[in-house]
Amino acid sequence: MSLMMKSSPHTKQNQSTASIMRWVILLCVPGLLVQSYFFGWGNLHNVLLCVVTAIASEAAILALRKRPISFFISDYSAILTGVLLGIALPPFAPWWVSVIATSFSIVFVKQLYGGLGYNPFNPAMAGYALVLISFPLAMTTTWSTPTSLQSEFPSISQTVQAIWEIESVPDSYTGATPLDVYKHEIGVGTQESVQADPIFGNYIALGWEWVNIAFLLGGLGLLVLRIIPWQTPVGVIVGIALPALIFSADADQAVPLSLHLFAGATMFGAFFIATDPVSSSTTPRGRLVFGFGIGLLTYIIRSFGAYPDAIAFAVLLMNFAAPLIDVYTQPRSYGHNKAKRGPKAKEKV
Amino acid sequence: MQERFTHKNQRALYDFHGGIHPEENKWQSTQGAVQNVTLPSTLIVPLQQHAGKPAKVLVNMGDSVLKGQLIAEADGVISANVHAPSSGVVREIAEHPIAHPSGLEANCIVIDTDGADNWCELEQHVDYLNLPREQVLRIVRSSGISGMGGAGFPTDVKLHPANLKQLNTLIINGIECEPYITADDMLMRTYADEMLRGIEIMARLLEPKQVVLAIEDNKQHAFEAIQAALAEKRSHASAPSPYEVELAVIPTKYPSGGEKQLIYVLTGLEVPSGGIPADIGIVCQNVATARAVYRAVRYGEPLISRITTLAGDRFEQPCNVEALLGTPISHLLAEFNCKPAKREKIIIGGPMMGYTIEQIETALVKTTNCILAPEEQELPNDEFAQACIRCGLCTEACPAELLPQQLYWFTRSHEYEKAEHHNLFDCIECGACAYVCPSSIPLVQHYRHAKGEIKAKQLETEKSDRARVRFEARQERLERETKEKEVKRKARAETAAKLQAEKQKQQAEAENNSETAAAKPPIDSKKAAIEAALARKAQTSPAVETPQASLEELKTALEKTEAKLEKMIDALEDAKANAPDNVAKLQRAVEKNQLRVNQAKQNLEKAVSAPSSPQIQAQETVSPDIQTPEPKEEASQVDLSELKNNIDKAEAKLEKMRDALKDAQENAPDNVEKLQRAVTKNETRVKAAQTAYESALAANGGSNEA
Repeated sequence: MSLMMKSSPHTKQNQSTASIMRWVILLCVPGLLVQSYFFGWGNLHNVLLCVVTAIASEAAILALRKRPISFFISDYSAILTGVLLGIALPPFAPWWVSVIATSFSIVFVKQLYGGLGYNPFNPAMAGYALVLISFPLAMTTTWSTPTSLQSEFPSISQTVQAIWEIESVPDSYTGATPLDVYKHEIGVGTQESVQADPIFGNYIALGWEWVNIAFLLGGLGLLVLRIIPWQTPVGVIVGIALPALIFSADADQAVPLSLHLFAGATMFGAFFIATDPVSSSTTPRGRLVFGFGIGLLTYIIRSFGAYPDAIAFAVLLMNFAAPLIDVYTQPRSYGHNKAKRGPKAKEKV
Repeated sequence: MQERFTHKNQRALYDFHGGIHPEENKWQSTQGAVQNVTLPSTLIVPLQQHAGKPAKVLVNMGDSVLKGQLIAEADGVISANVHAPSSGVVREIAEHPIAHPSGLEANCIVIDTDGADNWCELEQHVDYLNLPREQVLRIVRSSGISGMGGAGFPTDVKLHPANLKQLNTLIINGIECEPYITADDMLMRTYADEMLRGIEIMARLLEPKQVVLAIEDNKQHAFEAIQAALAEKRSHASAPSPYEVELAVIPTKYPSGGEKQLIYVLTGLEVPSGGIPADIGIVCQNVATARAVYRAVRYGEPLISRITTLAGDRFEQPCNVEALLGTPISHLLAEFNCKPAKREKIIIGGPMMGYTIEQIETALVKTTNCILAPEEQELPNDEFAQACIRCGLCTEACPAELLPQQLYWFTRSHEYEKAEHHNLFDCIECGACAYVCPSSIPLVQHYRHAKGEIKAKQLETEKSDRARVRFEARQERLERETKEKEVKRKARAETAAKLQAEKQKQQAEAENNSETAAAKPPIDSKKAAIEAALARKAQTSPAVETPQASLEELKTALEKTEAKLEKMIDALEDAKANAPDNVAKLQRAVEKNQLRVNQAKQNLEKAVSAPSSPQIQAQETVSPDIQTPEPKEEASQVDLSELKNNIDKAEAKLEKMRDALKDAQENAPDNVEKLQRAVTKNETRVKAAQTAYESALAANGGSNEA
């Protein structure tokens, strides 16, 4: 009698790539809800639009590549990319910005490199960077002012009409982000005079602080579930905080630490963007370096660059470095005195 | 999740990197006592049940054997004896499927049992603790005991390590971290006393500073049994044992039962990569091995049975059995009501590191600690593997601190050098990486394949390295020979030039003489030249010149022969290193050549003795009258040309022989010795020829002087 032949192990933990993606999406939800509470329906609408675009783009390319469509769609990776982009894009970004960013992410950054697992760059951030560079006006003038500062909470239909450019966005709905405002006004004012602007609210930056806290909590959930490694977010936060503490100690001169951490996309970036496993470093130590690099670059671009926030650029730049970081951060294996680091110890002649 | 118990350990424990906590599934098979198995009608006893070389068969088909009788003996140090598990008749010694991951067949001794189960005579030792160590080692070796935990390394080898003096810790591995398996657990529960006695025997052999028995914190019953046995032992002992067993309870985590991991947990030390525990003064033994050692030393029982777990939902009641080695698994399945459907798995070992077998007729061996017959939904087959998303869960789980996912990329793209650089060979194939992989990638399979490929490549490299060395040596030799030839050729050319000069001088003299005698002025220069040539031809009659010239030729021939002989010897040396097939051919060639050389020698002797007189005559009579050579001289000319022919033929033969030898060189000779003897003979003959030639030359020289 012939039995089934199979290689060990014969048992497997009940965790799949799809379940990992689902958990990440699920733990984005608190942040997304808080974001919607403070900044209106825009992000929720964008998430939907981006997810639909992502699924459509993925399915189209899979069909072209003659790959099983449902098998790959059901890994949730395209959906996650859509969700992340929807959260990252400005709430009142025109619909075509979302569509272009998402389809570029899926088609060019992910599928053209071979699909899930083969993309060297973070798809969501590459899409984001593309629209940020290509359509600076649409990307910088569409941030929402906190709804509490508006006369009324913008309705769903108003939001949809604004995004689909049926009616223009009322000026009172949009405004610069706190990071942007602080960066530009601190040159001619003091911390006190700058923070007199109501968008800074009572604490750090009205709405933003809670959004960041919500993403931080969601991220901690991912850590507890061991879905993301601790090294990357810790690296990002330290990478931003350390130079901010040293060089931005004087809040009358530069953006202070509190704003760096809680006024931009820092927590979202640290826990949900930088932790994209495919395009990040793969060694434990390498992830610390990778995260730190993202944090440091974010600080540098925020402080000296033209853009108020910089997570996308920092992530993409570190994506370039990830393979190199891997080479130099091999762990020491059991039974070895020290780790083998660097490109092959010595070439045999 | 099974219950854990706590115990205050004497030592600090260390936590190794990674590890996983799979569903244990151990309670099912620990419900009852260890059961006995009915005697199977046929026992299939593989010759290899251990690490190392298979044992050598000592019995023949049709032989009657008794239970415990040695039927195959260890072949070399890393090998183990095999004994008949029951009495009966040897039906056949043939290839059968064996319990091995390869699924290959191997030689087995098949015994038809007679049902009597008659023991052979056993050597009992009541005072087993005071036996000389050599005797204990001999008993352990002759009893065919090899590690019963997994690898099956011969136990006696581990019991006398090379650095016995540096040995400080004996670790007894009572960790059974694989899910489902409870054979060691049940052994400790049932035979704690025998196991402790076995440990005492091993401790006395190794004289370690400490003896640690490690057990997981999910085996409370076993722990209690051991503690009771220890207390019992202490109360009965007149003096405390010099090797008090320290019981260490370690947290349950897979794969803490791995030798390297357990050593780290207990001592914080790591076995160097590529090394063995003895390198850091540690020896690990399995609990079942300890019991087997006791049974062997105390009762003289060789290793012919073991406790095995029958687990998996396919069994009506999973349990542990004490089964004879060689028991077909089909027998166990039938007896314990397990009927696997086609295309279901039967796993030898646990779900993490066990391997499937193709035939249920496969037999139980010394290392078989579990037979796992799961239902399809219990251990489902792999899902379709998805792409690696580099999530790094494998890196977190790896107990060897490797980068499994990097190794995966390297092995998949056949970048084996990079894989080796990433310590592929430190992978213990525990399966933790594949267990946690969310993309269901069969990682361990990739690593096994890569390891196999690399090993095969290494073998190939070694082979080609040897070939290269051989080739280079040959090239060097050929070059050297060419150079030597060149030197000899130059020497010959010089001699020839000298001779030529002498000849011309003689000719000039002869011409002068003939001119004076004839005193005829030439009509025209052309005619004169022709006439002169004719005259020269007439004068350079063989009577005058040939003897000298032929001797010269002979000498050249001899030199050539010598050179060839040298080459032949070189070739032979080469051939010796290898081993040719067509040696017989070669030998015939050499023999023929020998005959030719003999002939040449005789001819040479003749030539040397015959032409010396005409030459003397010619030299004496330097008169122009001598135009026609004397008949005697004519005869010698014929002789000489014949001789030359012979030499030519001999040369041709030698050429052939050289070719044959080249062939031989490329292949590989068996009876090089014979060949060499032939060549030596040949050499002596050539020497004799040379001597003869030299004496002839001397004679000639003498006559020349005269």
